[in-house]
Amino acid sequence: MSTETLPIIPPNPVEEFLRTDRMPHIWCPGCGIGTTVNCFVRALLGSKTDLTKLAVVSGIGCTGRVAGYVNLDSFHTTHGRAIPFATGLKLANPKMTVVVYSGDGDLFAIGGNHLIHAARRNLDLKVICVNNLIYAMTGGQTAPTTPGDVITSTAPYGTYDPAFNLPYLCEAAGAVYVARWTTFHVMQLAKSMREMFSKKGFGFIEILSPCPTLYQRRNKMGDGLDAMKFYKQVSKIKHGTPTAEVGLTKSGEIIVGKFVDRERPDYTSMMQEHFQQELGDKYIKVEEPVCS
Amino acid sequence: MHADPTGVLTGSHFMDGDHACCEGALAAGARFAAGYPITPSTEVVERFSQRAPKVGGTFIQMEDELAASITILGAVWGGVKAFTVTSGPGFSLMMEHIGYAVMTETPCVFINVQRGGPSTGLPTLPGQADMMQARWGSHGDYEIIALCPNSPQECFELTVKAFNLSEKYRLPVFVMLDEVVGHMTEKVVIPAADQIEVEPRHFTTKDPESFRLFQPCGEEQTPEMARAGDGYHLHVTGLTHDERGYPNMTPPMQDKLVKRLCTKIRDNVSKITITDQHEVEGADVVVVSYGITSRVAERAISLAKQKGIKVGSLRLITAWPFPDHVIKAIAPNVKGLVVPELNLGQMVREVERAAAGRCRVLHVPHAGGTVHDPQVILKAIQEVAR
Repeated sequence: MSTETLPIIPPNPVEEFLRTDRMPHIWCPGCGIGTTVNCFVRALLGSKTDLTKLAVVSGIGCTGRVAGYVNLDSFHTTHGRAIPFATGLKLANPKMTVVVYSGDGDLFAIGGNHLIHAARRNLDLKVICVNNLIYAMTGGQTAPTTPGDVITSTAPYGTYDPAFNLPYLCEAAGAVYVARWTTFHVMQLAKSMREMFSKKGFGFIEILSPCPTLYQRRNKMGDGLDAMKFYKQVSKIKHGTPTAEVGLTKSGEIIVGKFVDRERPDYTSMMQEHFQQELGDKYIKVEEPVCS
Repeated sequence: MHADPTGVLTGSHFMDGDHACCEGALAAGARFAAGYPITPSTEVVERFSQRAPKVGGTFIQMEDELAASITILGAVWGGVKAFTVTSGPGFSLMMEHIGYAVMTETPCVFINVQRGGPSTGLPTLPGQADMMQARWGSHGDYEIIALCPNSPQECFELTVKAFNLSEKYRLPVFVMLDEVVGHMTEKVVIPAADQIEVEPRHFTTKDPESFRLFQPCGEEQTPEMARAGDGYHLHVTGLTHDERGYPNMTPPMQDKLVKRLCTKIRDNVSKITITDQHEVEGADVVVVSYGITSRVAERAISLAKQKGIKVGSLRLITAWPFPDHVIKAIAPNVKGLVVPELNLGQMVREVERAAAGRCRVLHVPHAGGTVHDPQVILKAIQEVAR
């Protein structure tokens, strides 16, 4: 019996960026996190970023698992603390590009304090926040991003407390780059990520992403495909919209686009310039990590 | 390996324990600290913030202790030696990252200048009541190392030692001083750099294809280290993981990993532990103490000797791992052990456990806020000697 030769399929260009030995991943059918990772990798494909010098830091939650699937230096940290871990990594090893990739609950509830302080300092961190409007890993509890009038496992009669408007919060705290897209806007999202990677300072991209299993099911909002149709129907691209006006509701308009793109000196530049001025020749600048 | 002279302030100094800890960290090669102000520990990072820019180091004041305790771990994976400093309430906030450092085998140092607790307690006054928290404060099974200086000179020496042990065994090491030692000013002699032994970070020399981040190596069964940015595509997680660092949440992997995290210390207890013994041979009573309490015990011991009591002293320089073997060797030969400490009963439980009924163990408790009256320790010595 002759051996049948399988046709050679050109490998998917994103594969080399993934830990394919860890597939299948844990995400549910219809989940948008995989789409965001695809956009992330495509953004890297088209950028000049040195991948050896790129680290991904995640917290805990569904999006927190991204760090485990990208074939880069990747750190799956504790709940809410991806940003302070990334802060240490970046300051110790200033040539690294450090991407914080985590979810809305991780970054804005338990980790909210760290996020606003990193934005205030204008640390050179690239924050990608996948917002599925819910705590998904733990079974669909209310998040600080859950809009009003939504059923969650801890709000069985519906939510009533106001949600954070993430772009508004990040702009107020000092981010130099703020954008929002949905997982329907894959081309715009990849382009936006590329733009953020090339900009020094604290950048923030919010990505609205479906959670069919724990958000949509309880709220009779259909499956992953229905979420795409919903995003397509209600999203409006309005670059430069004042962030105060981009708050989200359960079924209302989703304003997407680039909202903030401004210049502020980043933390490391400010620190180095300040010490140079104050200490002159006595100042020893950290170029590379020294470990003796 | 010898210390890098850049960070070594060689000479004779008149300095307090907090400042001496900072000089110890610099001598050990620490070039990164993150902290959040808290009395009575703040002077350590105040000094570091002044010294760091002149030695190629970085200091960042974080928004809280949760942040500080993981910022240092990010810095370690970035490729430097790093530490943080705190006291009781901040130490409580740092517990999660002690567990993360243990699980990810991140070498790092935590300095805790103990004050009276619980809660806000006595911010400016001494205590020794975080000893069990240092050992057991984070969740899960694990081992750590804790050192207890009793003078500014030892603050310097034991901070260097703490960094060395953290690199050797790949875990968080604690320097557990207290407010009195932290604020006590004495002579501190810092040797020349070539007289200070420093454990280098054991970076792997393997290529990225053959390197496994958590593969046990050498006698201590600790993995080799790598840093971000060198092409190893590291994956580090607090989840139960295999030798590649990939999550593997199965009972056999849990068994293998957690047992190794513990045995790397448990199998080396006699190598790690340091005690200071005086006149234990032939003694009827031995005073077991650590940190500032050992200085007070010295007075009580000398008063007891004047009364003709055969009394020796055992000072625990390493509180954790606990030197069971030392207590086991002493217990059958004495009437009893006297254990003064600035808490209502912490290390005494270890002494009792190791003595296992072979001699009397008398605790001399103190809720903290000041040191013991030596007369109280003397009374306990007299009672045991009777």
